[in-house]
Amino acid sequence: MAAGQLESGATASDRRRKLMDKFMTGVAYFFTFIAIAVLVWVIAYVIIRGISVWSPAFFTENTALFGDGGGIYNAMYGTFVIVLMAIAIGVPMGIMAGIYLAEFGDNRLGDFVRFIADTMAGIPSIAVGLFMYGLLILIMGWNAFAGACALAILMLPVVARTTEGIIRLVPGEIREASLALGLPQWKTMLRVVLPTAAAGIITGAFLAVARAAGETAPLIFTILGSNFFNSNPMEGAMAAVSLYVYQASSSPYQAVQEAGWGAALVLLLFVLGLNFIARAIAFTQKQN
Amino acid sequence: MLSALASRLNLLKQLRQGNFGDAVFKILAYFFGLFLLFITLFIMYQLLFQGVPAIREFGIGFLWSTEFDPVQQQFGALQFIQGTLVTAFISMLLAAPIGIGIAAFLVEIAPERVNRIVGFLVEMLAAIPSVVYGLWGIFVLAPFLRTYVEPWLIPVVGWIPGFEGPFRGYSVFTASLVLTIMILPTVAAISRNVLQAVPRDQREAMLALGSTRWEMFSKAVMPYAKGGVIGALALALGRAAGETMAVTIIIGNARRVFTSVFDQGATIASVIAGNFTDASGGVYISSLFLLGFVLFILTLSINVVARLLIRATSTGPTNPTGGF
Repeated sequence: MAAGQLESGATASDRRRKLMDKFMTGVAYFFTFIAIAVLVWVIAYVIIRGISVWSPAFFTENTALFGDGGGIYNAMYGTFVIVLMAIAIGVPMGIMAGIYLAEFGDNRLGDFVRFIADTMAGIPSIAVGLFMYGLLILIMGWNAFAGACALAILMLPVVARTTEGIIRLVPGEIREASLALGLPQWKTMLRVVLPTAAAGIITGAFLAVARAAGETAPLIFTILGSNFFNSNPMEGAMAAVSLYVYQASSSPYQAVQEAGWGAALVLLLFVLGLNFIARAIAFTQKQN
Repeated sequence: MLSALASRLNLLKQLRQGNFGDAVFKILAYFFGLFLLFITLFIMYQLLFQGVPAIREFGIGFLWSTEFDPVQQQFGALQFIQGTLVTAFISMLLAAPIGIGIAAFLVEIAPERVNRIVGFLVEMLAAIPSVVYGLWGIFVLAPFLRTYVEPWLIPVVGWIPGFEGPFRGYSVFTASLVLTIMILPTVAAISRNVLQAVPRDQREAMLALGSTRWEMFSKAVMPYAKGGVIGALALALGRAAGETMAVTIIIGNARRVFTSVFDQGATIASVIAGNFTDASGGVYISSLFLLGFVLFILTLSINVVARLLIRATSTGPTNPTGGF
């Protein structure tokens, strides 16, 4: 209707305005298309190059940064151990910090902590890596534990802020019912509020872990990288998938670069997989 | 001091009432909440503390010296500050129209289902690890630019100061392009939140006056959302400045001042990551720590400004990851 009326009284200026509108709509479509095209380009390329490197030996041999490439067995072990330790350290601390923000944070101190948590999420991971080097590596030597601590620090603000958001969504009636039954605040939190909020907290934790698993910069300063299998997280250099991709990218050997693509595909699938799981949990929760 | 704090938190009262569990719960919650503050300050202190030998050696002149000579043990920061700021600003300028365009598409144009799918895809762009972008950038994007983009780009912009000289694949320009991709989701996601927070009345009033969708967006929505969108851009700028792995792999790590974006360069983050394992000698390592401190302060200040802008304009809880 409206369009028709415009048409009937169309002047040159009206046509120009409508043309401009069409043009800018096209621009918005085009920019969205660019982003999706780049995403497809990156992911498809990594899959194609990576798959061609994959073989049983690739997953059972140790890394070899010189010569013929080798596999990523020790690097996968390293990533697995470091990420597990980072979860064990970072997630409980982040949840506690989130509880603080939600339960005791409605004052100026809480606002300040919230603000710091938000800004902390933007701190370069390399700064955290340097920090860990100065704090632990200078004393203990290269070790995976320090790497896990660095990743845990990077996870903290994300877990804390998502936990806070989710706890605030828990209906007041549930909490009040529990308190009215005489349960103390901590039991109400532990037995009633946290279980209700569990799905959301786990989603946040998965997203934080996905981010940490892909991190490379902090590992340069803590685990160094290694061509050997090292099972002891408290002592000695260790390999990790993300770190290996970095090292392979600057290798002059063709075969090592190829192995780097294989490792990149492993890393990509791991990180995207964690993201998918997180979304799936959030989605099923929303359905209920 | 401690007892004042305890009384402030009502701890003694709770203990007198035999409410031991709640007192412990409160102490633990406060401890981990305040740990966030503590760890931020501790990181800053540690970087500065380890940088003290370099400060003793070079003083404040470290900031504007361009020397970087491990043999002579002479170190400066200026060329790396240049690299950081140039790459971050180029990528922000490129990501701004694209990111805002995506946000506008999602909020003003796309139907609900398309919105969800596209939102998810853009989010995937943020999930890809930095090091994978680095690998792709050096082995795919850099050769692509050399083969398909250089032949027509250089004749067009080659005469402009800052774009002169030979086109290298591993360059400040390529690094900035990859950074653009990496910060795009941040710009798009936060702009989307800000645009969504613009009241409906704002749009309906404009449409009722007979405006087109573009006129509505440019004259009624954007002015309203301006502060938040600028905040999103500032946040993306901070992220670009601190981004390490992709840049380290692509930028070529030339530790000197560059005069063309098609030349190789280095950022603060890339010089630390690229040289750390070779660094020997106290002053060398200490200089890298001092560079880390400079980077920390730089990104922290950008982030504080960004957060204040976003907080002032968008409603509802802001997601620290900038996710959808």
